[in-house]
Amino acid sequence: MSAVMPTAAMPVQRSEGVWRTAWRRFKGDRVAMTSLVIVLAFITLIGAAASGLVASQWQRELAVPNAPPTFLGPRPAEDAGTLAGPEAKPGAPVDLSDIDPLAPRYAEWAERAAKLQTAEAAKVETLPLGADRLGRDVLAKAVKGTEVSVFVGVLAALLATVIGTLLGAAAGFFGGKVGDFLEWLYNVFTAVPDILLIFAFAAVLGRGVDTVVLILALTGWTGLYRQVRAEFIKHSSREYVRAAEAIGASATSRMFRHILPNVSHVILVRMSLLVVGFIKSEVILSYLGLGVPIDQVSWGTMLAEAQGELILGHWWQLATATAFMAVFVTAFSLMADGWRDALDPKLRGAE
Amino acid sequence: MLAYVIRRLWQMVPTLFGVVLLVFLLFHFFGSDPSVVLAGQNATPEQIAAIRQQLGLDQPAYVQFGIFLKQIVTFDWGRSWATNEAVSTLFSTRMPATLTVMLPILILDTLLAVPIALGVAYVRGSLTDRALMVATTVALSISFLVYVIVGQYVFGFQLGWFPVQGWSSSFTQNLLQYTPLPVLLAVMVGVSPQTRLYRSFFLDELGHDYVRTARAKGLTEPVVLFKHVLRNAMIPILTNVGLALPGIFVGSFLIEVFFSIPGLGREVLLAVNRSDYPVIQAATVYLAMLTMLINLGTDLLYKVVDPRVVLR
Repeated sequence: MSAVMPTAAMPVQRSEGVWRTAWRRFKGDRVAMTSLVIVLAFITLIGAAASGLVASQWQRELAVPNAPPTFLGPRPAEDAGTLAGPEAKPGAPVDLSDIDPLAPRYAEWAERAAKLQTAEAAKVETLPLGADRLGRDVLAKAVKGTEVSVFVGVLAALLATVIGTLLGAAAGFFGGKVGDFLEWLYNVFTAVPDILLIFAFAAVLGRGVDTVVLILALTGWTGLYRQVRAEFIKHSSREYVRAAEAIGASATSRMFRHILPNVSHVILVRMSLLVVGFIKSEVILSYLGLGVPIDQVSWGTMLAEAQGELILGHWWQLATATAFMAVFVTAFSLMADGWRDALDPKLRGAE
Repeated sequence: MLAYVIRRLWQMVPTLFGVVLLVFLLFHFFGSDPSVVLAGQNATPEQIAAIRQQLGLDQPAYVQFGIFLKQIVTFDWGRSWATNEAVSTLFSTRMPATLTVMLPILILDTLLAVPIALGVAYVRGSLTDRALMVATTVALSISFLVYVIVGQYVFGFQLGWFPVQGWSSSFTQNLLQYTPLPVLLAVMVGVSPQTRLYRSFFLDELGHDYVRTARAKGLTEPVVLFKHVLRNAMIPILTNVGLALPGIFVGSFLIEVFFSIPGLGREVLLAVNRSDYPVIQAATVYLAMLTMLINLGTDLLYKVVDPRVVLR
């Protein structure tokens, strides 16, 4: 996709495209490049998790409950003590066989149970980053949770971008009645405080990963819409668009083949900011039980579990989920900042 | 001035109508059938039919919309489906707790962020400035949840400085005993984005010609900063506080959930979990109204802060 007008007749002195220039600027930004590498590493990890190469067994309970991380060593065996009380008296269990209706069948059941092979899996004492309450590997959970959280954030951002771009393009390009109607829609959506809007949608649409994506996208498109609309208003009266009109390009063609490539950098920057916001929202929604269902794991559900574990002194799940999230979000925000500076220096300072 | 206010109020009508329509459509066409929610799993068809008739669900959609509008205008939302409390009572009894926590947070946030931001903007580019900006970037990337979980554990459980959670019926006890920890945590989290934002406002102002002029005519730095720069940066700051203001009525629902504060945010969240439609609908519509009124109030305040602003 080239952002400059196709100029097949004049191959000489073709100026550098906006993307190439931006990439050159981006490469010069050390912080942004480092962030890009970190984000790419995360994306590789997510790809591996999604294709089942790593962490596909995150639900297996392979360690003792709340097994500590390896570097702490196994937990010392707890002194169970002796139970005092009438039952603790050795020998002489109460004989119930004359009143127990199931007594005649115990021998038969014991025989049948003996035929079945049950393998008592050896539970490990420690794991690299510890285990949760059920003995599941925290590292595997964190990897799987990264997949779900980032997937939700990116997909919701994509969907919100599509909604915002289409509506913004229509409002900015056509103006008039269409524009007024879309402005009204925008006012309606921004009149309700964000979190209440999310709650109202969540109350109606229910739970699940796809629902979270839908809720976040349906409530989060407004900022992008506003900016795309402003860009389209600005561009639709530019000469290249009027020239396209003069040679008979249709409205759709002018909107999406001529103007859209010229504003796509603005959209990209906005979208990357949306990803960060949506990931944070997903974590909070999942914590509150409005997000991903309990048979899946995300950073939010991990934090929700971690709260109870912390009281017992099992801090590793909290630390792992926090570290994964902090590294990814910091890297992604810095990368988005780098893109913004490289693509459109004028946007500096916009949220 | 009066004409301006009246015109602005008039302009709110279509937006408000839109909000009402949105809520109506959302709950009537996408929500599950209220009669099924209300009657429970073992309801007979007669019971469901009776509930439908009682709620007016057997009427055509436009009649139902009329009922909905009437509820809004008369402030009569009936009773919560879950607790059978009148929705209006529910609001009036939960609001004070929310405000007790949220007002101190908003005030402290602003009072702390403005001087810090001004200071940081003044020494822009220095080590302090850069260190603080890096720290806020990292601080912002950690979820709010983590701060609250860890803060509650450390200050409430380990150190025992504050009660872990709780609420009483006495305002002073609430304010002095139960709110300090949530307020402290929320301010710790809230100050860093505010500082970043306000710093950019101050930087903007510091670059203007009038600052150089003020310095050139020999004004002392404090006068330049507090009389000139601060006053000019007040407009964006005020906008920002105005934007945050509607939020304090829903409260930070997370704070309320964590600290078991019987406020409005927690109530709305409970309503979402219980499919308690009247409560959610009422909260959405009234909060939208309040938001618009607060926005108008903020616009009017501009005039006070900056006499050059012409309200049109």
